[in-house]
Amino acid sequence: MKKYRNYFVNKLFWLLITTIFAFILNFTLPRLMPGDPVAAIMARIAQGMSNSTGMKEVYEQYAKLFGTNQPILEQFFLYIKNVFHGNFGTSFSQYPRPVSDIIRSSILWTVCLQFPAIIIGWLIGNMLGALAAYVKKGYDKVLMPVSIFVSNIPAFGMAVILLVIFGVYLRWFPTSGGYGFDLIPNASWKFIWSVIVHYQLPFWSIVLTTIGGQAIGMRSMSIYELNADYVKYSRFMGVKDKQIVGYVFRNAMLPQVTGLALSIGTMVGGALVAEIIFSYPGLGYTLLNGIMGQDYPLISAVTLIITVMVLLANFLIEIIYGLIDPRVKAAQSE
Amino acid sequence: MKTALQQVFHSRKFVTGFAIFMAILLTVFLYPLIIQDEPLAILGQGNFFPPGIYVNIYDSIHSKSYVLNLKDAASKRIGKILTDQSRQDIKEWLVSYGVPEDQIDINDTESLLSQWEENYDSSISLPGMTFAKQRYFQRLDESVNGLLSSEGVVISEVNQETGNLDQTNTIDQSEYVHINEVANVRILPLGTDNFGRDVLTELVKATGVSLKIGLIAGVVATLIGLTLGLLSGYVGGLVDDIIMFVTNLFTVIPSFVLLILISFSIGQDNRGATTIAVVIGLTSWVWTARAVRSQVISLRNRDHVNLSKLSGHSTAHIILNDILPYIASYVVMALILQVSSAILSEASLSILGLGPRTTEVPTLGLMMNWAMIYQAHILGKWWAYFPVIVVIALITFSMNLMNTGLDQVFNPTLRD
Repeated sequence: MKKYRNYFVNKLFWLLITTIFAFILNFTLPRLMPGDPVAAIMARIAQGMSNSTGMKEVYEQYAKLFGTNQPILEQFFLYIKNVFHGNFGTSFSQYPRPVSDIIRSSILWTVCLQFPAIIIGWLIGNMLGALAAYVKKGYDKVLMPVSIFVSNIPAFGMAVILLVIFGVYLRWFPTSGGYGFDLIPNASWKFIWSVIVHYQLPFWSIVLTTIGGQAIGMRSMSIYELNADYVKYSRFMGVKDKQIVGYVFRNAMLPQVTGLALSIGTMVGGALVAEIIFSYPGLGYTLLNGIMGQDYPLISAVTLIITVMVLLANFLIEIIYGLIDPRVKAAQSE
Repeated sequence: MKTALQQVFHSRKFVTGFAIFMAILLTVFLYPLIIQDEPLAILGQGNFFPPGIYVNIYDSIHSKSYVLNLKDAASKRIGKILTDQSRQDIKEWLVSYGVPEDQIDINDTESLLSQWEENYDSSISLPGMTFAKQRYFQRLDESVNGLLSSEGVVISEVNQETGNLDQTNTIDQSEYVHINEVANVRILPLGTDNFGRDVLTELVKATGVSLKIGLIAGVVATLIGLTLGLLSGYVGGLVDDIIMFVTNLFTVIPSFVLLILISFSIGQDNRGATTIAVVIGLTSWVWTARAVRSQVISLRNRDHVNLSKLSGHSTAHIILNDILPYIASYVVMALILQVSSAILSEASLSILGLGPRTTEVPTLGLMMNWAMIYQAHILGKWWAYFPVIVVIALITFSMNLMNTGLDQVFNPTLRD
């Protein structure tokens, strides 16, 4: 148990460091812009804003929020303090709505869409990949080229194709939004049904793009394991095929779990773009709005939230990995 | 080296990928030699012209005419305008106007049209009909007008002196022109985009630019990754610790987020295609660094490296002669993957509106972005976005195939 605790503490420590680093990046990158960041931001939005009192207020608020006249270290602590109070400032493009409010209304959509989709896509992909490696003939020949090609369709391309086929031509599912445009979020069945219907296309487009890559990875891992010495030895020993497949699957799974942890950031990035195609009211769409509206506080907050979410997911996967990895498990029982 | 190359070109996967990639590359180089249009010249007035052959009407009037008596010409002419849908619409209008439903036979063209001509009046607005629908019926009326006549069309020109219209020509319904004799015929195989630009020409140019972006980003990423990987793997110690710490940090922090933050910070005016390429390269070296490091570590204590050390060769010499050749295949594979993922990154970034900001060159991502902004997918204008997706998928597909092929040659355990 002590070993696992060490592992856990180690990972927790690493989570802490990466989070701090994410904060630092989020803080410094925009400040690399030449000149006074507040002035630069204001110069950008000045083109689109006609409300001069609003602008002045925003300027003063940001000068205060950024604390541009203070030393850089103090600015950083001010920034951290603000973030932990959930104070991301006021949105430029949706003035006077606070950024935290916008984020709060969109984060749940993203979490409920992306994480189930990625997990299910990962599971299906792994099963297909293992099957392809084991069955090999026919199945492998037909399915592999198809899934290799499918996995090369970018996430946004898959989203557009699904949208056009099922949304525009077949009209089975709505093409945009998270729920019917004529509804107000409430707990009625009509609203829930509308949410479910709107959920399908974004969900399956993320699942489909995830499947391809995972299947290919799992297939080569399984082939690699099937040729390993322990498999050959077990065969000589007359161990049943079914049991061997069980071992192989488990051993091939482990790198796939680590693979998921390492690639989750990329997947989330792709899924965010898929969200945009479907105008799904999640973080991706919010980010797009922020970029379109040159809304610096919104972009900064969304990217920070996404990073922290990815780091947390990563941490969770690694904790689970520690529980199922026989090496860590063996160390625990010592 | 020679045998390795031979082996590589025996791998079916690699050859397939290589062939697709070369085909794309050849198109990019040869197409501009044949069709010398400006890739971003605005040809069409209006947006999203469908793919097909465009024949100049003015020129065809003045071309030599041939009389062909084809018996289904008239019915085709009617069928083009009076589709099943518009017949239904006419019936719908007539019924709501007050014509008894059983008197209308939508399959009898003549009686349907005569009923329409008798009753339709564009000034009448029927209750419950939207303005858009009213306009639709006005347009339908115009197109139906004179559909059944068997007379020809009179062509007349304005006489400059008197200002009167002089009849210069009549065109019969059975007259044809040979398409080769018409001076101006333009084939737009993929139609035009939202700005009225030829999609195919634009697509070829965009593919070239995107490949260039991919190559620059890939080279930048591979160089950084290679340098860091070699340093941390070969030198070890504190250098290794520091480099690995940084690498691990950038592994978990999503590069996509970094890309967004950096491109936004650069600002609109400075975001050229090359800048974006370098930024993509700067954020995607992590995997190469990790892979190179682990390879170098396994090589570091091999006999030939130790022998080299004993012979007093310098570190640079050892890295160049005793380590690099062994990881060369790996680096090439990493480069290929970097190029294809950089092309994807550019496309995703452009869809977000943070892609290269240029008016001189298109990129695949920008084409996709324009198509999305102008709702090409909702409007059913498939030619504006689908070819772009196919090209992106083909590029990454061919590169991944080449990569798998190489992988199978250099890692025999993976061979099927």
